[in-house]
Amino acid sequence: MIDYTIIVKDMSHEFSKKRVLNRVTFQVEQGEIFGLLGPSGAGKTTLIKILTGQLHQNSGYSQLLGTDTNCLGAKEYKQIGMMIDNFGLYERLSVYSNLAFYADIYHVSKSKISDILKSIGLYDAKNIAVLKLSKGMKNRLSLARAFMNDVKILFLDEPTSGLDPVTTREIHDILIEQKKKGITIFLTTHNMFEAESLCDHVALLNQGNIIEFGKPADICRKYNHLNRLQIMLKNGANVELENSSKAAISIKEYLEQDMIETIHSTEPTLESVFIELTGRGLNEYGKYDCYI
Amino acid sequence: MGNMIAIFKKQVKETWKNKTIFIQFIMFPILTVIMNHVIQIEGMPKNFFVNLFATMYICMTPLISITAIIAEEKEKNTLRVLMMSNVKPYEYLLGVGGYIWFVCMMGAAVFCIVGEYQSKETVIFLIIMTIGILASLLIGAAIGTCSKTQMMATSITVPVMMIFSFLPMLSLFNSTISKIARFIYSEQVSIMINQLENLHICFADILIIVINMLIAFSFFVIAYKKCGLS
Repeated sequence: MIDYTIIVKDMSHEFSKKRVLNRVTFQVEQGEIFGLLGPSGAGKTTLIKILTGQLHQNSGYSQLLGTDTNCLGAKEYKQIGMMIDNFGLYERLSVYSNLAFYADIYHVSKSKISDILKSIGLYDAKNIAVLKLSKGMKNRLSLARAFMNDVKILFLDEPTSGLDPVTTREIHDILIEQKKKGITIFLTTHNMFEAESLCDHVALLNQGNIIEFGKPADICRKYNHLNRLQIMLKNGANVELENSSKAAISIKEYLEQDMIETIHSTEPTLESVFIELTGRGLNEYGKYDCYI
Repeated sequence: MGNMIAIFKKQVKETWKNKTIFIQFIMFPILTVIMNHVIQIEGMPKNFFVNLFATMYICMTPLISITAIIAEEKEKNTLRVLMMSNVKPYEYLLGVGGYIWFVCMMGAAVFCIVGEYQSKETVIFLIIMTIGILASLLIGAAIGTCSKTQMMATSITVPVMMIFSFLPMLSLFNSTISKIARFIYSEQVSIMINQLENLHICFADILIIVINMLIAFSFFVIAYKKCGLS
């Protein structure tokens, strides 16, 4: 039997009579990385707020760690880690002091701090004021704060937004490490590469509606209408073949003659799928931006 | 209790680094020390500057400090994180309020030293200071709670703070203002501080302060219900 950390059923929510979530239904399995993809204004942050008990939905049902999200209490909050937008860090305090403060709040030993700082690569910066940290370092510190508690689920709201590729990769590594420990990770993003490389399951959210749900590879395969193989030969020529057993003979010939530079399938990316389904990209703004 | 102490300790750590707040805490005690030594005019009431600046200290410092702290925490999302970390709103407010009261009491100790108060006067002075600080904290907490940003908090705090802190001073020069100011806690606190050596408190004075505090508390409850802390 599958253990679900999050269950959302027919959830709807409105701001000033504008519907920002419309009968949203999905589940998140324990220990997986779940990605909620959508452009700004799609309703991602509202959904996180409802799931973490900061907002009460107008209708439908949502459950986190086996508890109705409208009834989350001290026991549940101890198991939730959050990395929200704008960091939520005390900028005048040092990296260490920030974590020491949260160690007091979470009633955990301060001896954990050094280990956590080492694991996220901030140990050398422990005495630096947060004010002086780069955006990537602040993101990592926010993650470190989320790890202070022995959490079962992490909510990450666009954890790599605006970061350089190296820092993004470092944060991805940290998340994969946490996943290996059995922590469920719920992240929102409008970065399709992040979703494809990290997530076990994704949901595409558009104007409050879940328009697709599943494993990233399955979704891409589902919308692979061309179903062809693109072969780039060493002489610079491009060859396109139907992705079927008939292509095997041609590919074998190319291989025997050592002519192949690259082979790609024509599977669409998640972004292409999103555009196909909605007519707009993941980086475009939604019409409800002003309400969310 | 643990969360309250953690918030108190965090605020103490931030004291030296938050210059805006730090200046509020030390400005009036330092001004009192300087003015008391520099300006000594014949016929000037005893402890004129101590009484004047102590009243201003009560009305300005706690009000500005708590408003600025709450508004900053709201603006920078730290308050939301705290609420998500199972910190109760009352724990947060008691932690921050307790810290401001504690630091203001150190400022009050400076007033006591400059005013050369005897032990009985010192105790009464500190009690009056505590009552005044509490009223200002309630007003500040209400403003901080309903402010989304520090900018918004400042624009509300300044006029409110000026009314409460300048009315006692202006009432010295104008009888009409004095009659109006009588119904404001800062004027009552000012009167008590000025009569410290021979304090006579009547029921009406206490009632005015209590009503002021109840109104401030009601404003806070309304602000909290409407805006919340996070």
